[in-house]
Amino acid sequence: MMNSYLNIDHVSITFPTDTGPLNVLKDVDLKVTQGEFISLIGHSGCGKSTVLNIVAGLLNATEGGVILEEKEVTEPGPDRAVVFQNHSLMPWLTVYDNVRLAVDQVFKKSKSREERHRWTLHNLELVHMTHALDRKPGEISGGMKQRVGIARALAMEPKVLLMDEPFGALDSLTRTHMQDSLMEIQGRLNNTVIMITHDVDEAVLLSDRIIMMTNGPSATIGEVLHIDLPKPRNRLALAENPTYNHYRAEVVRFLHDRHHQPEYEEAETAEVSEERESIVETLPTAASDATDRRLRTVAAMRSADHQSSDEKHLLTEEAS
Amino acid sequence: MATPITSTTFNLPRLDRLLQRLASDQVGKSFAQLIKQLLVPIVALMVFLGLWSVGAKSVETSLGVLPGPAKVWEQSKALYTEHNAERVKAAAFYERMEKRVDQAIADGQPAERIEKMRSRKYTGKETFIDQIFTSLMTVMAGFLVASLIAIPIGIVCGMSNTLYTAINPLIQIFKPVSPLAWLPLVTMVVSALYVTNDPMFSKSFLNSAITVTLCCLWPTIINTTVGVSGVDRDLINVSRVLRLSAFTKTVKIVLPSAIPMIFTGLRLSLGIGWMVLIAAEMLAQNPGLGKFVWDEFQNGSSNSLARIMVAVLVIGFIGFLLDRSMLMLQRMFSWDKNAILR
Ligand SMILES: Nc1ncnc2c1ncn2[C@@H]1O[C@H](COP(=O)(O)OP(=O)(O)OP(=O)(O)O)[C@@H](O)[C@H]1O
Ligand SMILES: [Mg+2]
Repeated sequence: MMNSYLNIDHVSITFPTDTGPLNVLKDVDLKVTQGEFISLIGHSGCGKSTVLNIVAGLLNATEGGVILEEKEVTEPGPDRAVVFQNHSLMPWLTVYDNVRLAVDQVFKKSKSREERHRWTLHNLELVHMTHALDRKPGEISGGMKQRVGIARALAMEPKVLLMDEPFGALDSLTRTHMQDSLMEIQGRLNNTVIMITHDVDEAVLLSDRIIMMTNGPSATIGEVLHIDLPKPRNRLALAENPTYNHYRAEVVRFLHDRHHQPEYEEAETAEVSEERESIVETLPTAASDATDRRLRTVAAMRSADHQSSDEKHLLTEEAS
Repeated sequence: MATPITSTTFNLPRLDRLLQRLASDQVGKSFAQLIKQLLVPIVALMVFLGLWSVGAKSVETSLGVLPGPAKVWEQSKALYTEHNAERVKAAAFYERMEKRVDQAIADGQPAERIEKMRSRKYTGKETFIDQIFTSLMTVMAGFLVASLIAIPIGIVCGMSNTLYTAINPLIQIFKPVSPLAWLPLVTMVVSALYVTNDPMFSKSFLNSAITVTLCCLWPTIINTTVGVSGVDRDLINVSRVLRLSAFTKTVKIVLPSAIPMIFTGLRLSLGIGWMVLIAAEMLAQNPGLGKFVWDEFQNGSSNSLARIMVAVLVIGFIGFLLDRSMLMLQRMFSWDKNAILR
């Protein structure tokens, strides 16, 4: 195989803190091919954002490094555009000006004024935001802001698109819309994407590969899940698809194990089917942590659909 | 960009609410609220004036009884009349001079002599109104210079931790210094350094203005620093990803997000500057409202106390106007038109 497009090469990072050095990432190693859609999933605080920031060049790895198209990443740049969790638009600029700022900066030499104007509009069109060009971020909804953030990142024509929980702050309906737009755009432009998410469905639906990270400190890649589902994907069609549901269960199982047994070693992973039962049993007693609540819903949905009837009975009994 | 001019443009919340109320259909209920909103301040003012006039009568000073509102109102009219009288005198003076110049030209006097006559200025007594303008000019000059120095320093300190660590001790030590402690130093330094035959500014003006500057610096520096260093980390990261130049980053990201804090600093500075100026003028006998107060105090006529009270009220009112104008400027510069500014 030829050299990979993006190579996260044995990256470790240690932060100096008041209580001594904190080793957040240890030996994170990942090769990404061009046009691949990668999801990073893992418990809160394990170091997902840190991985993304290292690829972006916003943080420097203590050991190892990142190589993009045979060049080492040493500083941030528009070839690795970032979509931040809280949109990060300039509140004093209009929707148009926010994207235009990026376009002007990246293409100040290669495109004329008129071309830059059209390119700005084109990218806002991709995310269906041309109706609000003159509005300020404070005057549009959260979903719209996130779309502008994505338009800004896309407008930079990045080699890699980095997204840190881009839809985390959105309601589920808006999130569904955004996921569909993202799938459509990525299908059309064939961007290489690394996306952090807490949403299991989102990860399975969008990704070619899901990278599951172990808990910190010294977090690393725990398991890698290849999603062999044909693209373009349709969420309604997939809901009934057993392969899709199997993938989803895999991710849920991984997260669940990590949550309850932080010291869990990869070698000890058991069969999926057995694990699924244990999810259902332990769920109602689990702590009411946000991630956990999400897990519970996912698992509940899963079991409501596919588990045997007495398991279903167990669930409803616990819920009432 | 054209902003529609509404009652909010001029920050008249009451008028604003009045208009809103008139536009709404609950006239009956809102009328009662309107009465309340207008009536309460008016009643409060009446009570204040009543207490003042009753209370003042019972205080006997060496310059007679403490003046009540009526006396003060009378003196403010008197001050205005005096000002007009001075204006008339000045006009008469210039008219006389004009005639003498014409006469001299007719007599064929040498040109330089005529020039000298022309350049003679009326040197009457400065009236209360003149003093107001002198003070206003001085405070604006001092404040402007201070802002031009303080904002860049604040920006640099906010962006560089090293510089902040370097400058912070100086700021902390000079900030609490009373302006009046600066005054003798400023006076000595100005008279040592500012030696020209044809001075553009009078020394007294410079002394007052520099003292104001020295006190206006600190709040602006501190608030600008806080504002600049508090720029959202994500926005800074965006600028890093975009590889914005230091200049673009400052103009497009740092300054806009620090604007509210900068203006907070400026407003504090201007308020302090105005208070400092009056004190400095009193102490140094520099022209301005402070000198007016001091002169009246030394004068000790039966009207002095009422005139000082006029000055006190005017000083307060101007201070209020200065603050309001800063607020209006802030509105103009602020990107967040919905922010509640007080
Ligand atoms: N600059 C830093 N200095 C010290 N510790 C840091 C620094 N940045 C991150 N950390 C630590 O690294 C760990 C991972 O942080 P990170 O933000 O990458 O987590 P995350 O997986 O993105 O979490 P979340 O899902 O909540 O966003 C945390 O424990 C955090 O406290
Ligand atoms: Mg994070």
